[in-house]
Amino acid sequence: MSVGLVELFTIFVLAAFVGYEVISKVPSILHTPLMSGSNAVHGIILVGTMVVLGDAHGAAQLVLGTLAVLLATLNLVGGFVVTDRMLEMFKSKPSERSSPGTAPAAEGPRPGGGAK
Amino acid sequence: MSVLGALSFPLSTGRDLVYLVVAIGFILTLKGLSSPRGARRGTLVGAAAAAVGVAMTFTDPSLRTPVPGVNHALNLALMLSAMVVGAVIAVPAARLVKMTAMPQMVAIFNGVGGGAAALVSITEFLKLPTGTVAIYKIAEVLFGVVVGAVSFSGSAIAFAKLQELMTGRPVTYPGQQAINAVIGLGILGLVVAALATSNVALMVLVLVLSLVLGVVFVLPIGGADVPVLISLLNSFTGLAVAASGFTLDSNLLIVAGTLVGASGILLTRMMSTAMGRSLPNILFSAFGAVVTASGAEGGTEGRTVRSGTPEDIGVLLAYARKVAIVPGYGLAVAQAQHTARELADALAKRGVEVYYAIHPVAGRMPGHMNVLLAEANVPYEQLKEMDEANPEMPTTDVALVVGANDTVNPAAKNTPGSPIYGMPIINADQAHNIVFLKRSMRPGFAGIDNELLYDPKTTMLFGDAKESLQKLVSAVESA
Repeated sequence: MSVGLVELFTIFVLAAFVGYEVISKVPSILHTPLMSGSNAVHGIILVGTMVVLGDAHGAAQLVLGTLAVLLATLNLVGGFVVTDRMLEMFKSKPSERSSPGTAPAAEGPRPGGGAK
Repeated sequence: MSVLGALSFPLSTGRDLVYLVVAIGFILTLKGLSSPRGARRGTLVGAAAAAVGVAMTFTDPSLRTPVPGVNHALNLALMLSAMVVGAVIAVPAARLVKMTAMPQMVAIFNGVGGGAAALVSITEFLKLPTGTVAIYKIAEVLFGVVVGAVSFSGSAIAFAKLQELMTGRPVTYPGQQAINAVIGLGILGLVVAALATSNVALMVLVLVLSLVLGVVFVLPIGGADVPVLISLLNSFTGLAVAASGFTLDSNLLIVAGTLVGASGILLTRMMSTAMGRSLPNILFSAFGAVVTASGAEGGTEGRTVRSGTPEDIGVLLAYARKVAIVPGYGLAVAQAQHTARELADALAKRGVEVYYAIHPVAGRMPGHMNVLLAEANVPYEQLKEMDEANPEMPTTDVALVVGANDTVNPAAKNTPGSPIYGMPIINADQAHNIVFLKRSMRPGFAGIDNELLYDPKTTMLFGDAKESLQKLVSAVESA
């Protein structure tokens, strides 16, 4: 069993390095979207809540497990939708506008839709 | 099953491989979000990866393996209903929230994630067979409970502060540090006791005290610092998810949680650097005490404030050579980013050079203001980060400060006792003239007085930022 723990710990340490290195250079304009995006990533706890609820038995476990699935879904779904909305705002950058075809369609609804 | 059997590896291996792909997807998400070009794609990759991961989890043996007393059909029905309800709440909430309220929204979604991680740990604790459990299993569970609960209640208070359901000022009371220390030590003691006995009641006490700790941890942190705090709590939730991963032997949860935990710490440090403060200083400085001190000493009586008419200011702007617009949260609240661009366009038409001086934490989060101005189609080349804008200030004729306060407060440079001392600011005080568009003389988010408002070079125009800007647009056009 402790072999399993060591394996998990190895993964943990390596993931910590990857997490640290992968965002080492972020322009400050992307701090907010990045925070929101990483917030969405930990919404994958949904997978864990599903496993927990899967073989839950007894009222206490069922209530806690169902609540956990609900909260995790809010985190995962809401997190990605919010992040995507923030990034929609960056579409009108001159550099992005140069791609032909997509720009006119993308520009129409945004000012009204984005403001609300 | 038979097909997979023919491929000669079990379903569980296939599932683990899919989870590996999901984990890679998340790494690509964070990588993509580090550059403007890859950000959107990164988010889509992450969302797709998450969807695949969730779909694959429906094949998990815990959802089908017969166990006495478990009705899998019921559990599955509960699961699907909870997911549908969650999605039905989350999508409109995330779609309809105003751009200015984004920080609160992130706080909520982070808090519920922490809550979910804590609940996973609690439920697993209830499932542990009594007596024969390895002590590290209980330790993993308790770590998940403590960190998840702190993140949950801390995010709730952060939300309340940003939503202005409670004061944005630091909440302090006598013996605060001592009380926090006692709570922290109490949790530690209970954790040790729970490790020894694996008693459910002890675990519940750990949970309750951790929720309290999250509250008292966030209360003394001033509103202006809350975004940095949310980033830290985001990192905490990541660690709680990683702890759940240890409990459930899930590589995916460990990788995803740890990625967020590690990158979140780094991001938190970047944010506090942008504010010119160290993280411990933000978290533990006796912010409140200093605020009242400097507030009392810098009493407003006896100092005069000059306020001008929109017409006066319109003329001042129209005949300037170079104008800096310094946007702040007030502009965001008034949804005035479009009107600000109209004013900039009107000025540009008259040959005035206009640029926006953006403080890194203008708005309520680093980068928040850039998002809002991009939404208003402000040309990218007019946006100047603080380091670029400050050298221009001495040659700028008018600094038009729209709904900002703390980010131009010279106390950050001149008053060593001030709570914002050392924070880099936009040097609006070096411009030849300063115009403040403000609702009132109320202090900014950090709750401290701004001497720049009383400067002889300063003219005030009171009112809603959007209305004031509209008046200025017509004043400039008729000047």
